[in-house]
Amino acid sequence: MKLMCVGTRKGLLVFGREKNQWSLQKTNFQGIPVSQFFADPVTGDWWAALDHGHWGVKLQRSKDRGESWEEIAAPKYPEGEEIRDGVPATLAYIWAIERVGDKVYFGTDPGGLFSYDEENQFTLNRPLWDLPSRKKWFGGGRDNAGIHSIVVNPEDSKNFYIAVSCAGVFETKDGGESWVPKNKGLRADFLPDPTSEIGQDPHLVVASPADFKVLWQQNHCGIYRSVDAGANWDFISEKDGPADFGFAVAASETDPDTAWVIPGVSDEVRTAVDGKMCVCRTNDGGKTWTQLRTGLPQENCFDIVYRHCFDIQGQELAFGTTTGNLFYSSDLGDHWDTVSNYLPMVYVVKFLDLD
Amino acid sequence: MVEVNFATALSRFYPSLKPESIEANTVKELVAKLDGLYDNLSQYIVDDAGQLRKHVNIFVNNEMISDRKGLTDVLSHSDKVYFMQALSGG
Repeated sequence: MKLMCVGTRKGLLVFGREKNQWSLQKTNFQGIPVSQFFADPVTGDWWAALDHGHWGVKLQRSKDRGESWEEIAAPKYPEGEEIRDGVPATLAYIWAIERVGDKVYFGTDPGGLFSYDEENQFTLNRPLWDLPSRKKWFGGGRDNAGIHSIVVNPEDSKNFYIAVSCAGVFETKDGGESWVPKNKGLRADFLPDPTSEIGQDPHLVVASPADFKVLWQQNHCGIYRSVDAGANWDFISEKDGPADFGFAVAASETDPDTAWVIPGVSDEVRTAVDGKMCVCRTNDGGKTWTQLRTGLPQENCFDIVYRHCFDIQGQELAFGTTTGNLFYSSDLGDHWDTVSNYLPMVYVVKFLDLD
Repeated sequence: MVEVNFATALSRFYPSLKPESIEANTVKELVAKLDGLYDNLSQYIVDDAGQLRKHVNIFVNNEMISDRKGLTDVLSHSDKVYFMQALSGG
């Protein structure tokens, strides 16, 4: 059966698809915000990051596909670490979870990257945390900087990228022993020097499964694409159309020239463009964009789509919105069906195949 | 020994949670001893830096503790300590 795991402000909702219909199968952690969900392709473990309003950030792991869960003590910043001078570093949010080689990595606010190993130990990635620029990272929407993207080279797990709001994109080629910023070509219109190497605000970075050298980035200041593994970024926002500001981006599994974004009105407004929900697709590497609206609300729509709320699997796409709508397409976005209009605010959407 | 009581909401995560009597001279010492009774319970009360979480309160008898950062408030024999959630959320 195909599943859609939807992390929301009020729990982790697992939808299943049978006879071409989605239905809610199970609610986990009812009432608790779920900031991230990850199904480990190696172990089969499910991970859910919880953001309790009262009790702090917690991690839950399931070894039976969500039938039961166990709490795993969340990563802790080492004693004495500081976000900046005089401000203690404490775990505020888990924003990214990804398998990297033989470890699971966690991207967090305030900017620490933790690995989790087979001995059940979390380790703060020191080379990244100790970068001289790190104390100059800053929050974009959140109080402090956070790591929301972890992008792994499928042919070499020592080579992976992280993206930080706000700092930019960083690459390691040696399993996290050293990090190099990869922000050439980006423009941060909110900085005195928009081309600054540090201080960019990628909202999400994904790689093309068809060609890892091709990276897509929905940035605070538009849409970017790199065809040389992040060495250079090209600005590919639509000149006179909606494809520009947004959070989420999804890359085609088979075509490195194809990707989708879900636009919103710029940063100080943050609603659907013209009150109409629209997904935009490019099939030519960002030279042109096609608006996909069939089946999506075209009046009185205030929804936007957060960065982890848009997933793709083959021909199928799904996204969840800030006002609790969940949409699904089985034909690359040409037509959309409504799965639900009554969810809490959505923080993460992931497809899963149960074989 | 001080008498320790917990917010009912914590029972969701610690079903066996019950009032306890614990030997402690300060609130900080008391919080540290909670993990010996309930795994990682202290992390629900304080953050990585040991500061009281923003939406958690600790009362000693009827008074809210004064040092939310260092938890240096002194405890006396037979004090009643309450770990409470703040009224917040939505």
